[in-house]
Amino acid sequence: MGHRILIVEDSPTMRQLLVFALRRLKDVEIVEAQDGMDGLRKISSDHFDIALVDINMPVMDGLKLISLIRGDESLKQIPIVVITTEGASEDRDRALKLGANEYLSKPIQSNQVLSVVKGLLKAE
Amino acid sequence: MSEQDTKLSSRAEDFLALFNKGAEFTRELLRENERLRKQLASVTDRQESAARNPADWEKLRRELMARIASLEEECTTVRERLDQVELENSQFAQRYVEVEEENNNLANLYVSSYQLHSTLDLDEVVKIILEIVINLIGAEVFAVYLLEGEDSKLVPVAAEGRELSDFPATTLGNGVLGKAVAAQESTCWDTERSEDLAQPIVCVPLVVQNRPIGAIAVYSLLTQKDGFSALDHELFNMLGGHAATAIFAAKLYSQSERKLNTIQGFIDLLTK
Repeated sequence: MGHRILIVEDSPTMRQLLVFALRRLKDVEIVEAQDGMDGLRKISSDHFDIALVDINMPVMDGLKLISLIRGDESLKQIPIVVITTEGASEDRDRALKLGANEYLSKPIQSNQVLSVVKGLLKAE
Repeated sequence: MSEQDTKLSSRAEDFLALFNKGAEFTRELLRENERLRKQLASVTDRQESAARNPADWEKLRRELMARIASLEEECTTVRERLDQVELENSQFAQRYVEVEEENNNLANLYVSSYQLHSTLDLDEVVKIILEIVINLIGAEVFAVYLLEGEDSKLVPVAAEGRELSDFPATTLGNGVLGKAVAAQESTCWDTERSEDLAQPIVCVPLVVQNRPIGAIAVYSLLTQKDGFSALDHELFNMLGGHAATAIFAAKLYSQSERKLNTIQGFIDLLTK
């Protein structure tokens, strides 16, 4: 059975780049959300094996989305990878403290994304 | 014949068959034993003969020495082949890393140019340029300048990391940015940060058909980024051409839309 991946990112350029990278994985379905609220709606109504979440987004930011996912019994097991421009260690710590599994700083490399996503899908 | 006699007879036949099988197996064992005994005798005979005749020993020794030499040669060849395969393997691994990097670079370039040409709205195009410079290059403070007016003024139209009003306008041929745009040549200084907004660390002129239409000026990189990679330079080159074309096309489209509306309004006025 294939994996379903949710990308929550407001930048269409970044979304396309992530889709481009993740399409190299075999048998995956990729769903895109353009902000935290859209992401929450999609992750609540469908099954996902992993979520890639940007921090700085309009409507609802990534940190709020992570805390809502981790607070929900039915969603809290989903691995989350945070992708953001914030490189400072305190931002990484905040995201990880809220329950993110991995943290990637922009500009990201597609092989970096692939290796993190593969690792989390295997560990599932 | 009673039923008991029949059973007894059947069991006796079974026993006889079993006994016959046992006898056949014993005969087979005896034959094998005899064959092995003969083989042993022949080997012993050969050894004794060799022991009696030193010439045979010498011949055997020479044969064994030749065999050792041949095996050693074979071993050397195999070792050489192994080294060669290991070298090829490491070259393939290196090539794989290069291809992966190239693939990543091409993906970045493809996505950037695809996004730049995905719209004819000037604001959208500028937003996409900002996204590319933040997300793919990793710049923290930068601005997009457009060449405006008769006096060829370079005016900042969008920025990140600082207020737009902080970025100084300049003219073609003046200052670091103005000179780079006039020369239509990208400039990149080997530093990660400049606090002086008149002194960008990277100037990328936006040029369409040898005509400059603006520039991208980068002043600092994100904290996690240490210096520019080969991909960054590729992206700057791509932006210099594609971003310029996208801006130019969006401006033309907007002008033609305005003209079309004016003409339409004029026609409507005449026909009413």
